[in-house]
Amino acid sequence: MKDNLWRRKRYEAIFAVVGLLALMIGVLTFATLFAEMAINGMGRLDWSFFTSFPSRRPGEAGILSAWIGSTLVMVVTAFFAVPLGVAAGVYLEEYARKNWVTDLIEINITNLAGVPSIVYGLLALGLFVYQFGLGQSILAAGLTLALLILPVVIVATREAIRSIPQAIREGSYALGATQWQTVRYHILPYSSAGILTGVIIGMARAIGETAPIITIGALTFIAFLPPSPVQAAPPFLSFEWLLSPFTVMPIQMFNWTSRPEAAFQVNAAAAGFVLVIMTLAMNGLAIWLRYRLRRNIKW
Amino acid sequence: MRERAIEAVLFAAALVSVFTTVGIVYILVKESVVFFQQVPIVDFLTDRQWTPLFDDAHFGIMVLLSGTLTSSLVALSIAIPLGTVIAIYLSEFAPFKLREIAKPFLELLGGVPTIVYGYFALLFVTPLLQKIYPGLPGFNLLAAGLVMGVMIIPYVASISEDAMRAVPMALREGSYATGATRLQTALRVVFPAAFSGVAAAYILGISRAVGETMILAVAAGMQPNLTFNPLEPAATITAYIVQVALGDLPHGSVGYQTIFAAGLTLMLITLVFNIAGHMLRKRFREAY
Repeated sequence: MKDNLWRRKRYEAIFAVVGLLALMIGVLTFATLFAEMAINGMGRLDWSFFTSFPSRRPGEAGILSAWIGSTLVMVVTAFFAVPLGVAAGVYLEEYARKNWVTDLIEINITNLAGVPSIVYGLLALGLFVYQFGLGQSILAAGLTLALLILPVVIVATREAIRSIPQAIREGSYALGATQWQTVRYHILPYSSAGILTGVIIGMARAIGETAPIITIGALTFIAFLPPSPVQAAPPFLSFEWLLSPFTVMPIQMFNWTSRPEAAFQVNAAAAGFVLVIMTLAMNGLAIWLRYRLRRNIKW
Repeated sequence: MRERAIEAVLFAAALVSVFTTVGIVYILVKESVVFFQQVPIVDFLTDRQWTPLFDDAHFGIMVLLSGTLTSSLVALSIAIPLGTVIAIYLSEFAPFKLREIAKPFLELLGGVPTIVYGYFALLFVTPLLQKIYPGLPGFNLLAAGLVMGVMIIPYVASISEDAMRAVPMALREGSYATGATRLQTALRVVFPAAFSGVAAAYILGISRAVGETMILAVAAGMQPNLTFNPLEPAATITAYIVQVALGDLPHGSVGYQTIFAAGLTLMLITLVFNIAGHMLRKRFREAY
């Protein structure tokens, strides 16, 4: 009897060690990856790396067109994904009646979240690039990534709205507010931090996505910038950049990684380091926001 | 009146997701139909060669499927055991503080762009494996699969852990009361009770592995190769799509349509897993 107990206790101790080891494998892999890129890429990480175009000479190549391209694509993505995602989330939580249309939309969103990102690329290639004639442009890429992160924004919005107590809505209605006024002045402001968390996580995912953008045919070597959105002459704003060819950070990194010359792979390490820092910072910000939110909200 | 208009606008936004699905199915099926008019579907399923861009063109999807299957198996043989152990550990064993740190960390890991993992597989893991096994080619499914496995761990661990945490405390207490240790409780009470959620996590892991693109495009080579040996280079369905997209095939050619047929295959595979996951959840859902 006692032996049996000891044996079971021993198994338990062994498992605790195994569990910790398994966790450590994940942590160590990431630490190695991070250190690898930092050590290899550090030599290239100076000011000129951010202000130079890609080049045939690895020592002079930089990520100027890549980070500007990424920024512009992200602007388009956020412009479409945030309003659409929030509106859809508000509809499903506050307006939707329990019927088959609502069920259909909900099942759909769950399924879309599981579709491989490259399939979104094929959708964009067939629909945006050829049928809508947008070509391999910033607009096409931004729209593609917006569709890709839409489920993330919708789910985050719904979760944030669901945590608002029913009493808030009832209080608003009791004062004579309409449904939209309740949403506009109560639901949206109170859920904004939760929504922001979801938007940041979605954007962090979009900025690292490579496959769908390669699929729409983004060029890998771009040594020019899209036309500036701000012009010196009236009307001061130009939207020509939307249809400009472009490259983004992950594609630039892919291009350098797949070259045989070691010097380009050093560039890939440097670009990867910048990319990881960017996504870590965004995800970290989202996690911190959520943590703050959980602590501060007391309904 | 204004209220109704606002509701209509919000409803339209919610419908965008439905249109996305319709758009995906429409584009994939439309281009695939043209493809299957030129290539008999029997050849597509049974041919043992994949050479769509050669003069002597063969379209055997089996070749690409073997790469997808092999790399996914390698990845899952890492991600499922490790992810499950981490989930059980975090849910049943780890001190509160460790769990509070580990969960966000796992999320951060899941957010690393896959191209970065691809770089890591090609330029760090492969040279490392070559020291152990000198004959390993520079592109191989093993390194790509291993790194992909590590990439999937956070998804499996995080969702499984959520499922296990949702198991009511009373079940654990009942188990302890009969004299079971924490490990026995975890394996015989908590794990079976959380099985529907854990299965959902596994299914998500499988979908991720099958649909993963950049790690394979970078580290496994893009050479079509009918093999189940992870030590060889091989193209997967996803890597093939990338390879074609990188070239400049004219719009409307057979080569252009192959990527939609390949994409449709990929979509069907993930759909089967999604449905299987849905059924598993329904079948094993325990209500408390």
